[in-house]
Amino acid sequence: MSKKVSEEKYKKTLTYRLKQWLDGEDLFTGTVEMKPQEPYKVDQAVSEQRHEEKKRLLEQIYDIEHNPEMRIFNKIYRLFAFLFCIFLVLMLLTAVSNLPTVGSADRPVNNEVAKRYIENGLQETGAVNIVTGMILDYRAFDTLGESHVLFVATCTVLILLREDKKKKAEQNQNNDRLYEPKNDVILQTVAKILVPPIVIFGIYVILCGHLGPGGGFSGGAIIGAGLILYQNAFGFHKTERFFTAKTYKVLSFSALACYALSKCYSFYTGANHLESGIPLGTPGAILSSGLIFVLNICVGIVVAGTMYTFYVMFRKGGY
Amino acid sequence: MEFVQNFPFFSIILSLFAGPLCSILNGKWAKRVNLAVITIILAMSSAVLAFTLRTGDSYVYMMGHFPAPWGNEIRVGMLEALMAVFFCLIMLLCMIGGVLEREREIESTKQNLYYIMVNLLLSSLLALIYTNDLFTAYVFVEINTISACGLIMIRQNGRTFEAAIRYMIMSLLGSGMLLLGICFLYDLTGHLLMSNIKEQVAILNASGQYHMPLLITVGLISVGIAIKSALFPFHAWLPDAYGYSTLSSAAILSSLVSKGYIFLLVKIFYRVIGFDIVRDSKIINVLFVFGVIGMIMGSISAIKESNIRRMIAYSSVAQIGYIYMGFGFGTELGMIASLYHIISHAATKSLLFVAASGITDASGDSTDFFDLTGAGYRNKLAGIAFTVGALSMVGFPLFTGFISKLLFAQAAVDSYHKLLPALIALAVSTILNTVYFMKTVIRIYTPEKREVLAKKQYQVITMKDQKWKSAALVCFIAINLFFGLYSEPVVGLLERGLKIFA
Amino acid sequence: MNLANLFNNYEEAVAMILFGIGFSNLLLQKNLIKKIIGLNIMDTAVYLFLALKGYIEGRKAPIVVNGVQSVEAYINPIPSGLVLTGIVVSVSVTALMLSLTIRLYRRYHTLDLDEISTRLKKEGL
Repeated sequence: MSKKVSEEKYKKTLTYRLKQWLDGEDLFTGTVEMKPQEPYKVDQAVSEQRHEEKKRLLEQIYDIEHNPEMRIFNKIYRLFAFLFCIFLVLMLLTAVSNLPTVGSADRPVNNEVAKRYIENGLQETGAVNIVTGMILDYRAFDTLGESHVLFVATCTVLILLREDKKKKAEQNQNNDRLYEPKNDVILQTVAKILVPPIVIFGIYVILCGHLGPGGGFSGGAIIGAGLILYQNAFGFHKTERFFTAKTYKVLSFSALACYALSKCYSFYTGANHLESGIPLGTPGAILSSGLIFVLNICVGIVVAGTMYTFYVMFRKGGY
Repeated sequence: MEFVQNFPFFSIILSLFAGPLCSILNGKWAKRVNLAVITIILAMSSAVLAFTLRTGDSYVYMMGHFPAPWGNEIRVGMLEALMAVFFCLIMLLCMIGGVLEREREIESTKQNLYYIMVNLLLSSLLALIYTNDLFTAYVFVEINTISACGLIMIRQNGRTFEAAIRYMIMSLLGSGMLLLGICFLYDLTGHLLMSNIKEQVAILNASGQYHMPLLITVGLISVGIAIKSALFPFHAWLPDAYGYSTLSSAAILSSLVSKGYIFLLVKIFYRVIGFDIVRDSKIINVLFVFGVIGMIMGSISAIKESNIRRMIAYSSVAQIGYIYMGFGFGTELGMIASLYHIISHAATKSLLFVAASGITDASGDSTDFFDLTGAGYRNKLAGIAFTVGALSMVGFPLFTGFISKLLFAQAAVDSYHKLLPALIALAVSTILNTVYFMKTVIRIYTPEKREVLAKKQYQVITMKDQKWKSAALVCFIAINLFFGLYSEPVVGLLERGLKIFA
Repeated sequence: MNLANLFNNYEEAVAMILFGIGFSNLLLQKNLIKKIIGLNIMDTAVYLFLALKGYIEGRKAPIVVNGVQSVEAYINPIPSGLVLTGIVVSVSVTALMLSLTIRLYRRYHTLDLDEISTRLKKEGL
């Protein structure tokens, strides 16, 4: 079809592809579909035994046809369950109907506490975003506890799902990643374009947490999402180049330790009525609001690492 | 402000910091860090207790640069300091007593994760004891729940997973109700600090405004915490969790975890809502009824058990029923009896678990009842310790269980309407306790037939074989005897602490 | 029950109905995944309820713009902070429950909690 170039070379050029697309042919056949799975091989003896057990369970223990007790129990259980739910909802609705009206300005909630946060929040904490100032300065102890909730949940997921012994048979049974397409062209192209802006946006949200909506938690979730997209597109091998188990341990320990130590200093000076020496800066600048800037970064790092760890533990059981 | 007054805050931050620290260490170093942290916190809490006894009053410690109600604060008094000292002591002894089992039963790569859980559990217990803010209490209740779940399932066999998921389901039901109650309370009063809420609730009660939501809020919070601390109908996870997890987990869970929630409930009754309002709402009658039923049903289930650890677990159900019965009286004597029973039960139950593990070690690691015949002669110290624990549970004079039963009986006499059911329940449950505990004690001291011994070849264990566990057992026995013989100062301390608690 | 006020507070009423649905799912469903979904519905309902506490009609989000710092201009910031904490807690417990479900399924090949307990009674440890 081409006068200057050979047939095979022509088939790889862009003009041939454009011509194919204009003619209405599918360009990606053979490269993008999922590979056909091998039929799910199940050990015959094991599956027969499971079937046997289930049948025995239904007949002897849950025996609904022949066991009149079980039938009555089922009916009564359903009736009582329904009544219980209705009772709970009615009781809560009774409570709600006597509460102060939503949206009115003279509720007990709008008292001197909220007044001081709004009127003096900017001067006392240095944060333009009053909510960030509240959770990281006025009520910082709650946020300290909350970061540790995230940390301890990650530890329990690590206990349950992290696989340290590489037993081949176990891996193949639990692992359904063998049938997924690798190096998908569409996903990799899109990921190459999207992941850098996602990570930069996440960093922006973390750093400007005290200037606008955002903060450590939202920014960390965005960066975590970016990492998950990268892993999905490029596979575990490429992601292990920069994010291993050691990375996660070092990052989470240093972030939580930094948080605990700075809060230790802040609480100690506060309780002993000493002046904390940290300058608050000018409101509206990035390097302002004292410790809130540092704490946002710590929290962001912890949340990003946690999101990625959850994802990786559920997929593979290792980094 | 003296330096000692900083110690409660230091203890919370130290245990919170030790959690992530153990995540980068390996198993051996994590164990050493953990034991060091618990010892340091024990020393600091004793100093705080001495300080509060000297001043005789409680003080408020600002967490941050802003006073209440704009910032967080913690409040330290005699009662809190006593609880902190006691919890640290029991946790230290449980961790020491279970060292061998941990090395055997937990995978070597996951050992440090266990110590992270223990550190964070300690920090959440301390925070629940000291906090003066309702939302902080909720966050640390969640840390408590998740780390207790981690403690249960570290052993990774089928039963512990099922126990862990039942525990999580029940606990999350309770947490949801607790959080909803806190939201209601915030809506009605506008504050989150406990002392401020109490003023507002008193005003609301006097004016009669928002009467119905306040009642429902008290109900939600009480039922939520009752679900989390395994009151009678919500105890399905207890036997499997205590019976099949590793030894130090079972000891810590049974003695400390439920007690943290019960202490939070006492705090909410006294410092958030005010005891008079709680007494006028009929919620304590509901707690009383469930407590009494739990006392009897727990003991009946324990009699039917043939696995020694599950039997001790069911006995825990009965003892939590005792504590809620004490709440249900609605008098100050009832509260003091419950608080004393928290201390007594924590000391005795962990002793029973460690002694039971010593007995099963001498019977070829089998927990079945019939294999334990004659174990008291094979492992003398564990036999003596188990006997001490059993006698204390039954209520034999000289041990701490007797004092707590005496206090309960006194509180029952004081409240007129609940006198008869309470005394009947006490008597019946004492008889039932005797049945299953004495049955076990007699069994471990019956000499085994010679031909069975020759066939099974059980190992004889002396004190030198298991140094750490023997040390823990001796300390436990000493604590039990101390509380049994010198209980007067402790009860006096509880009384004074409760007066300034509100 | 004050029906007029109930229709005024209809957002809170919706939150309570959702709470009831989530609570009953968590308690009464047999399938583990459905229980976890019920847990999430229940937690979300509580956060909806809490976030409504701060709403005041006609005022803006509590981020200081143009130096305006009077109380009349912004809604109450406290409930927003509390909901932030709550969401993190909800994510953590959901991850924990899901990993427990995965381990249970790998071991017993069923998602029914009653079936697992029955099988456990037979097999011992």
